[in-house]
Amino acid sequence: MSDPLHRSLGLTDQEASAIEKILNRPPNHLELAMYAVMWSEHCSYKSSRLHLKRLPTEAPWVLVGPGENAGVVDVGDGIAAAIRIESHNHPSAIEPYQGAATGVGGILRDIFTMGARPIAVMDSLRFGSVDDARSRWIAEGVVSGISGYGNAVGVPTVGGETVFDEAYTGNPLVNVMCLGLMPTDRLVLGQASGEGNLAVLLGSSTGRDGIGGVSVLASASFGDEVEEAEKRPSVQVGDPFEEKRLIEACLALLDAGLVVGIQDLGGAGLTCATSETASRGGVGMDVDVAAVPRREPGMEPFEVLTSESQERMLAIVAPEGLDDVLDICDRWDVQASVVGRVTGGGRLRVRDGIDGPVLGEVPAASLHEDAPLYDRPRHPPVDWEAARADTADQLPPPADVGADLLGLLANPSWVYRQYDHMLFCNTVIGPGGDAAVLRLKDPATGADTGRGLALTADGNQRWCSVDPRAGTAMTVAESVLNLACAGARPLALVNCLNFGNPEHPEVMWQLSEAVDGMAEACDAFAIPVVGGNVSLYNETQGHNIDPTPVIGLLGMIDSLTSVPPGLAWSDGDRVVVLGSGGAELSGSLWAAASAGHKRGRLPELDYEQHRRVAELVRKLVAGEVLSAVHDVSSGGVGLALAEMAAVSGVGFAGARIHGHAELFGEAPSRVVAAVEAELLGAVEAAAAAAGVAVARIGLAAGERFSIKGLLDLDMSAITDRWCSAMSDLSSG
Amino acid sequence: MTVKVGVVVFPGTNCEHDVVEAVDSVGGCGRLLWHKDAGLADVDAVILPGGFAHGDYLRTGAMARFSPIMDAVIRFARGGGPVVGICNGFQILTEARLLPGALYKNRDLKFLCQPTRLRVASTGSVLTRGLNVGDELDIPINHFEGNYICSDRTLAELRETSSIMFTYRNNPNGATSDIAGISNKTGNVVGLMPHPERAAHPLLGSTDGALLLKGLIGGG
Repeated sequence: MSDPLHRSLGLTDQEASAIEKILNRPPNHLELAMYAVMWSEHCSYKSSRLHLKRLPTEAPWVLVGPGENAGVVDVGDGIAAAIRIESHNHPSAIEPYQGAATGVGGILRDIFTMGARPIAVMDSLRFGSVDDARSRWIAEGVVSGISGYGNAVGVPTVGGETVFDEAYTGNPLVNVMCLGLMPTDRLVLGQASGEGNLAVLLGSSTGRDGIGGVSVLASASFGDEVEEAEKRPSVQVGDPFEEKRLIEACLALLDAGLVVGIQDLGGAGLTCATSETASRGGVGMDVDVAAVPRREPGMEPFEVLTSESQERMLAIVAPEGLDDVLDICDRWDVQASVVGRVTGGGRLRVRDGIDGPVLGEVPAASLHEDAPLYDRPRHPPVDWEAARADTADQLPPPADVGADLLGLLANPSWVYRQYDHMLFCNTVIGPGGDAAVLRLKDPATGADTGRGLALTADGNQRWCSVDPRAGTAMTVAESVLNLACAGARPLALVNCLNFGNPEHPEVMWQLSEAVDGMAEACDAFAIPVVGGNVSLYNETQGHNIDPTPVIGLLGMIDSLTSVPPGLAWSDGDRVVVLGSGGAELSGSLWAAASAGHKRGRLPELDYEQHRRVAELVRKLVAGEVLSAVHDVSSGGVGLALAEMAAVSGVGFAGARIHGHAELFGEAPSRVVAAVEAELLGAVEAAAAAAGVAVARIGLAAGERFSIKGLLDLDMSAITDRWCSAMSDLSSG
Repeated sequence: MTVKVGVVVFPGTNCEHDVVEAVDSVGGCGRLLWHKDAGLADVDAVILPGGFAHGDYLRTGAMARFSPIMDAVIRFARGGGPVVGICNGFQILTEARLLPGALYKNRDLKFLCQPTRLRVASTGSVLTRGLNVGDELDIPINHFEGNYICSDRTLAELRETSSIMFTYRNNPNGATSDIAGISNKTGNVVGLMPHPERAAHPLLGSTDGALLLKGLIGGG
């Protein structure tokens, strides 16, 4: 006997009976399909919701917190910033180009849905080992997809990270973050109101692409490659030109005050957009399935309602404004069709013709509010205590410290050269720096405010493997320090929680620990979490990815009158480390690269010390005292120095770094700074006043990169490695 | 009198606001023109900005060339009016046959967004008239199809008429003879792949692009 229908749609038997209870009758096929997509892990957060509640979400400048399409914060001068991050891991594993492209498209819609013009994208990418041909193919495809879609849609990609680690073989992570700006008074929410108002579907016609994307694809693990190929039709196909016109048309509609509410169609398509707008507004909606423009004949109502065809928006408009809405859409060659009307009573009814027979009827709110909520079992790994005792400090020391350092050096510019990162002429520091720095211009007038925004997207799967709680806290702390290096203070955080199969207790334990670590760090730094996304079932053939919370952090630069220092030092600069501590190797890039080691205990994070270092760095950057600055993270002080040398083409003569553990250790709360000789005293005095240790470690100069007693390399070795390590992936 | 510069917006164009901001910053007055307009109003110069007009579908610039406003742009250019095509605008000007040659995909078949150093090769155009041959400018590129190609005969003509405006110091895309920008024989129609508007503010790392826009405004 074949499986019952609900199981093939991804619903459990218990979930199927819960639906029957809500309806007081068995659901028909259409209704079951609607519940299946809305109650999927991807849409309902049923395994994670319970834990996400522990994150701090409030601050006086937060205008919209988690739960809407994007978080929104007040950035002053009547300007609001909308920010959101989302994963597109599963589609990208199967069809890298379209998976990544539609990831960009989806996150942009989340931003302009709020009324904001998207001004910057960042992406955090993780692929399997660079030695693995399939991982390289995925990486090439993902980068091309982001480039192909992002460039054409006209939103700059201003930064991000690209990481290769065998933990992601077969299951890449593609997390895309978007920042948008709007005049504060244009803020709109995705809700319907006013009985008799019309639901107008804007943009592309609806096809059979992406049906069940959220349930079949994004909420299940991967098996073998044959199985993946069979899922390929669940991946949507993007059209950046359609999206570009949709952005312009929607912003024009909002400027003209013609919409009551607006909502993008992403995961779960029309079902999600109609039920969410209705339930947020406390109303109902009649949806005329026959009025939805289709790409092909013969589509079933359930296909129309659950299709994830891209580049579509649902606008709620008053009947008297309809003609003006249609005019604006016509100007931008955007298709617009009335597909429904707002009703009283809270029922979502799908009809064949607006007054035609009812094909399905459910309480709109039940698709969201009655979604299952699981407190899944969680448990630390059975070898947790043994793993903590197995520190990387016991690994054999490198035979050749210089060779190990060179091995860690890689230049990500092959990625970002393919992205337009300069559009809108805001990008003061683009990809490759600790944080992207953008001029803050008034979105209504274009006038320069003289202030700036800084943006980072960061994850660290090694730290989080060693200790998901402390590792997540350290990731937040690193982001804070990244912002400080750009002269910025943190405003708001968004996160993308990428984990394995939540039905495994160790994975749920990782998720729960990571949430606690993030909450602890956000409390310590007074940063509100304004949005997030959870991607579970990142599991291939029984192998879960490393726990990977990715942190997006938005910061404010109160006065942006000069370019922040960046990584490049000048000949003759004195080089210091600000902040103290750190010869522990557990969780370090060196330990993972040289021995595949991801166990032990992470170095201690002292929040008070971290705040002091960040504040000091921010002040020094704002005071234009530093020639160059780089936070110490992956690869330790050694890699920070090597990157600074590589970027500037100026060597380094150093001392007072004792042994490889001091060179490669990744203890938090430290930066490497370069400063002109005559300003060194001022830096040391400022550090002393702030209670931060300073260590003079050398001089930026010459044609060699040397650290007394540890290594002595010709600068050509550094620059050759820098230029070649990732220069051409496709021929690698 | 302030020089009015019309900046044409096709669906898919995305650099229009950047160009207006840069034109305004050098003392001109940028205003947007819609591709379905039949005329150019009373502008003194026209810029076709960068982006992906009509999604670059079919071929870059191929469909934009048939937008209603292009008849007016062609008349304006033939009458000696200054017309500048930046990046996608350059591609449109070649499709409209206002400039010779074509823009192929980059040599390495990758999109490139990076700074480039240009050498001024001719001062006979509306953009370079304030500069000297041999001047070097730092202006970024941002394109997939920027590899300039033309017949040997066209190349010889470009040389004879001093119509090669800029060359790259380090050719990023495989362009014939390192060509980054050209003009027509009379110098009033100009196409270039680099984006001057992206090098027109001190915080953006270079202000060399502003020099070109000043040339356009100053003599307009």
